[in-house]
Amino acid sequence: MKRRGFPAAARKALRNDQLRGNLALATGTIRERRAKAVDERPDWEELREAGRTLKLRVLRHLDSYLVQFERAVEAAGGHVHWARDDVEAGSVVARLVAEAGATEVVKVKSMTTDEIGLSEQLAASGIEVVETDLAELICQLAGDPPSHILVPAIHKNRTEIRDLFRRTIGAPDLSDEPRELAEAARLHLRRKFLSARVAVSGANFGVAETGSVCVVESEGNGRFCTTLPQTLITVMGIEKLVPSVEDLEVFFQLLPRSSTGERMNPYTSLWTGVTPGDGPQEFHVVLLDNGRTSVLADEVGRQTLACIRCSACLNVCPVYIRTGGHAYGSVYPGPIGAILTPQLSGVGGDASSLPYASSLCGACYEVCPVKIDIPRVLVHLRSRIVAEKAGGAGERIAMRVLARAFADEHRYERAQKLGRAAGRPFARKGAISHLPLLGAWTDARDLRPVARQTFREWWRTR
Amino acid sequence: MVANAMSSARDEILAHIRAALRDVPPDERPEDVSVPRDYLEQEPDATVERFVERVTDYGASVRTVAAAELASAVGEACREADVARIVVPRDVPAEWVPPSIEALVDAPLAAVELDRIGAALTGCALAIADTGTIVFDGGAYQGRRLLTLVPDVHLCVVREEQVVDGVPAAIRRIAADVRTARRPVTFVSGPSATSDIEFSRVEGVHGPRRLALIVVRS
Repeated sequence: MKRRGFPAAARKALRNDQLRGNLALATGTIRERRAKAVDERPDWEELREAGRTLKLRVLRHLDSYLVQFERAVEAAGGHVHWARDDVEAGSVVARLVAEAGATEVVKVKSMTTDEIGLSEQLAASGIEVVETDLAELICQLAGDPPSHILVPAIHKNRTEIRDLFRRTIGAPDLSDEPRELAEAARLHLRRKFLSARVAVSGANFGVAETGSVCVVESEGNGRFCTTLPQTLITVMGIEKLVPSVEDLEVFFQLLPRSSTGERMNPYTSLWTGVTPGDGPQEFHVVLLDNGRTSVLADEVGRQTLACIRCSACLNVCPVYIRTGGHAYGSVYPGPIGAILTPQLSGVGGDASSLPYASSLCGACYEVCPVKIDIPRVLVHLRSRIVAEKAGGAGERIAMRVLARAFADEHRYERAQKLGRAAGRPFARKGAISHLPLLGAWTDARDLRPVARQTFREWWRTR
Repeated sequence: MVANAMSSARDEILAHIRAALRDVPPDERPEDVSVPRDYLEQEPDATVERFVERVTDYGASVRTVAAAELASAVGEACREADVARIVVPRDVPAEWVPPSIEALVDAPLAAVELDRIGAALTGCALAIADTGTIVFDGGAYQGRRLLTLVPDVHLCVVREEQVVDGVPAAIRRIAADVRTARRPVTFVSGPSATSDIEFSRVEGVHGPRRLALIVVRS
């Protein structure tokens, strides 16, 4: 793990002053707004507890809720498909687009479709994907991956966006006023919406009881995608269900306040199958596993699947605020990404540096609208990674020796003396910045050498 | 072939879920996982005044009028938005539209035609005071979803008695529509907006840039 994965990427991000400035400004604004919107609700803690337990109920009975959802969608005139992984989901969507006779689709921003690289998969099948969310459009035009769940272009400021639009979709005299930039995107995308025959969306919630699907958004591109085209294909993670329509009252209050710090987001669409004469007449839901069932199997990690993708944990995280989303090298950045990504892709895989990208300060847990105990899951994943790692013997032996030393007063004092002597050759200017074999401990922080006189020695001579 | 692959994906995912949930006792029912509903089911003091205040916060304009003044308020809102031609759902009463305004009926019109019309005039299913939200369920005076989306201005008539206090009250009212009639539901809170550029709020991206409400006193 040394100097690979998150630490190396973070080091690079930390040197980018522009990025750090953009991040500090944007996350600071959202944090303030969220705090105000949350303070307004005297029953916030009760809402969180209801949200947490509703998700727990769904997860503990996921199989029956999924079967119920499937039956309800079909009864309402929709079609349900199941996909074990990203490739299977991609080929199902590509087939449905081809069956609709389309070569271009409009797409509303969704974390799930990003997770499976749907746009790239469709492009490989000769289908052009048009991102319709302003920030996703910015990322698509710039060739950048998104860097925040809610504000994917958070790493770009207005001047950078103006220059990008001038080169791609806008007039050469476009100003850097956010209003003018948004107008340029509106004109560009309006033509796409009016001609699109197929749309692809994600889902914020699925209602098991009625087969309804819900998309929560701000710009109206979600409404366009879910009402204008003839065919709508929704890719939904299997964990997105809530039991009944009434349960939405909890999440409709938790999500906007946590996410954008608004009392309510501008647009929430809820549809059930096909409505004659109104909206798409052909509706498909693709239920996606892609690692979720293995997250479900871990009793501590399971709560990760309760996430409603609000991104509040990103905006309060001292690590995310400084490094930004790209350093995580994963579609899901920040604290939630640090626990979700390694579980989805397999603990011990590429993402195994992510559970260490945290100071365990607990700010993420405090703001989580469904009370996911992120610090607990982080520590749990660290122990799973250590247990699964064949190497790392140096650390394991050191911990065993340390445990023996701490267990006995005389051994402890002897160890301090030994540490004082052993540490001296590595100390520079009163700090140890590198220790052989234990590099992971000193890569990201300096160690103070053992003091010339310990507290216990001083106590005796007092 | 395809049907086989699909059913096996389904069976495999469901089997994985059941294996993952081995710690859940087999006789546990979903209702056994208790969900405490201690949050507020009612919003004290959430009145029509609160609704007007909150919807104004989003940058929508609001006119509160008596029933007899409805048409002239519509005319005023059209003048303010510089609109002379509007589209209305089939069931909107002729009395809502002032003589100065040309109203086309959505018979239905094609989306490209809607794109050339300045504004849409509709009613709503209900409104939420606490969050300044208007809710549509395709019922009376609301028309289909495209109508309130494509034109640049949305004029919406809210009758005072349609205002409920909070989100739970609103969901309870629409639950039956969703459950039995399977009607599509849209919650609208202010004009379309984005905060994607430096998190500074811009009104009007893809949805209507202006939302003008006319609240009719009962």
